[in-house]
Amino acid sequence: MNYHWNWGIFFDQVQNGDETYLAWLISALGWTVAVSITAWIMALVLGAIIGTLRTVPHRGISFFANAWVELFRNIPLLVQMFLWFFVVPELLPKDLALWVKQDMPAKEFVTAAICLGLFTSSRIAEQTRAGIQSLPRGQTNAGLAMGFTRAQVYRYVLLPMAFRIIVPPLTSELMNIFKNSSVAFAIGVLELTFVSRQMQEDTSQGIEVYAAVTLLYFICAFAANRGMALVEKRVQVPGYIAGAH
Amino acid sequence: MTQTLLPRRLTLIAASLAAFGLSAQVQAGTIEKVKESGAITMGIRESSLPLSYLDDKQQPVGYHVEICQKIVDGVKAKLGLKAVKINYQPVTSQNRIPLVTNGTVDLECGSTTNNAARQQQVAFAPTTFVTNVRMAVKKASGITGLQQLNGKPVATTTGTTSVQLMRGHEKGKGIDFKEVYGKDHADAFLMLESDRAVAFVMDDNLLAGLIASSKNPSDYAIVGEVLNIEPIAIMLRKEDPQFQGMVNATVKDLAKSGELDKLYKKWFQSPIPPKGVNLNFTMSEQLKEAIKNPNDLPAEQYNIKK
Amino acid sequence: MLSDFDFSVLTDSLPFLWAGLQFTIQLTLVAMTGGIIFGTLLALARLSSMKPLAMAAAAYVNTMRSIPLVMVILWFFLLLPLLTGKPMGAESSAMMTFMAFEAAYYSEIMRAGIQSVPRGQVHAGQAMGFTYSQSMRFVVLPQAFRNMLPILLTQTIVLFQDTSLVYAIGSKDLLKASEIAGKNYNRPIEMYIFVALIYFIICFSLSQLVKRLQQRIAIIR
Repeated sequence: MNYHWNWGIFFDQVQNGDETYLAWLISALGWTVAVSITAWIMALVLGAIIGTLRTVPHRGISFFANAWVELFRNIPLLVQMFLWFFVVPELLPKDLALWVKQDMPAKEFVTAAICLGLFTSSRIAEQTRAGIQSLPRGQTNAGLAMGFTRAQVYRYVLLPMAFRIIVPPLTSELMNIFKNSSVAFAIGVLELTFVSRQMQEDTSQGIEVYAAVTLLYFICAFAANRGMALVEKRVQVPGYIAGAH
Repeated sequence: MTQTLLPRRLTLIAASLAAFGLSAQVQAGTIEKVKESGAITMGIRESSLPLSYLDDKQQPVGYHVEICQKIVDGVKAKLGLKAVKINYQPVTSQNRIPLVTNGTVDLECGSTTNNAARQQQVAFAPTTFVTNVRMAVKKASGITGLQQLNGKPVATTTGTTSVQLMRGHEKGKGIDFKEVYGKDHADAFLMLESDRAVAFVMDDNLLAGLIASSKNPSDYAIVGEVLNIEPIAIMLRKEDPQFQGMVNATVKDLAKSGELDKLYKKWFQSPIPPKGVNLNFTMSEQLKEAIKNPNDLPAEQYNIKK
Repeated sequence: MLSDFDFSVLTDSLPFLWAGLQFTIQLTLVAMTGGIIFGTLLALARLSSMKPLAMAAAAYVNTMRSIPLVMVILWFFLLLPLLTGKPMGAESSAMMTFMAFEAAYYSEIMRAGIQSVPRGQVHAGQAMGFTYSQSMRFVVLPQAFRNMLPILLTQTIVLFQDTSLVYAIGSKDLLKASEIAGKNYNRPIEMYIFVALIYFIICFSLSQLVKRLQQRIAIIR
């Protein structure tokens, strides 16, 4: 193999710049984490709401919630990125479109976070629905029999249980969101995948660069996994095996 | 005894995989490979007009693609082979160098800048094109120079040398661009077209190609100072003297015989697919020089400050 | 503005899109078949009583599940030829990558499926004189597979969408074909909408089929 190895590349100065490639990687990691965490919060909130709505016995509401899930679940994430970035602004009024395209602060970041957040919200909605529906029907009936309104049944009986049951599947969703954030490079967010492309072009040391970036993704996924394990421990319901692997 | 069948078959597969790995360890020269397999793999681009791109039938065409086909003809003649099959492998800015070093691509016929960092990993054929990095704008914007871009969104393509050049320019001249990045040239041009950016910084031939094939070519212009001059060349594996010798000989022959000038006219100064537009691109002094004295000098040699 | 959109280019580009879609489907089917076979073996390895084997399988699955698919695709494409000395084209590389990557996900599903079969059934098999592999083949795996069929198919729909990431190595799948067509006809925005619609129709129909299947299986059990 005639590859010219150079693991010291990370400490070299960026061409035409003041910083090292290591500083680039660190800043890229920052963007990856920022996109992932922003999208995660959005996905949790929206997913919980939409997932709950899917179980509500009302045709219009559950149709809306189902349509939401099917829309965001059945188009590849990469294609959704392009839709948000290239297509959606064209549908806006002209002045607003121009603002979104040119002057909106951190526009690539905002677009990527919205896209990834909505994409993941459909998956979390599905988990939430499954969590609620896994509870015995008797619990709803018992609540109603006690004179709770339906909203109160959700608030005091169903949701507190359902959210605890779905922590394990949420762990893999959080790991997924870090991995899926790599698609944001396609619209120019300066995250890890983007920077790996640029570093490879600058230095021609592709293999070293990909190795470092892969390791950083691995660390993110691992941190997400451990963090969620802590959450899982804290909220575990005694007597339920759902939390155990 | 069906139940033992599965493991045994697995062992067989594992053993044959190992044998396959061992037998293939010896990395032969490209010539040996071509002789043995009767095929050669060319790396091509999807939207590097007019050097290497896909036409309306999504087939690879272009100035560099044609030069490479002539190189293969040369190899065929030298080796006395009846036919050499050409496999086309689309490559990107991101994977072209690893694909050449790992043996997937034998001859990269795209729009690769020959620079000193890359010469550590790969070898280049003599320079066959020289590009100037400039910018494309919409005529209506009235922009004519880099100075007017302060605080404005400027597009370029992820993972290209233009990104570094813009960085250098910002630092040197105190201009603050808001960079926006497309994942390929077509995406970056779409940013200019859809007003996400007011300028697109890239190799001038690529800009000309994108403009010529755009919806309204007359809306755009290539303007402003040259950020960098870059020799573009066909790329091949390093330390493969036999193959490198044949490639160099063919390119030098093409240069001497005037064939290269003809090819240049065909791709830069005549109507080209997919839409039959003419780029009307005059040959630069640097390229004339490179054709007169074929060489593989890196970009650094072209931009020595006088 | 929507009024400027020109959708007539779509008909011209249909042959390219069809070729791209065929590759996408082929890749999905190959990766599904290979992934389920390899994934089942991984699941068996993880549940095996041989510690080193179980640990190796767990390490493989967890690694694959922690790295973005784009990176895995790049690694296979760039590194595998260095190890074997035999380069391969983007298409065959993509197939190997997706098989190896999806196997990690299928193996988790199969593991849950195997664990869903009551232990008593394995004992019953042993009591009948089956060896370990016989009781797995004839008793446990058929049931695990059937219990997990809807989830396996749902994962396959995800896989179908994930194939769009082969842009990283330049194979021409549905998305790539539509991007090239969009550029050649100068209608990239229309093409993005159109290709999103194609993906949606296919994935939505498949997921409805899976839902139906799930209900049927649920009734039988």
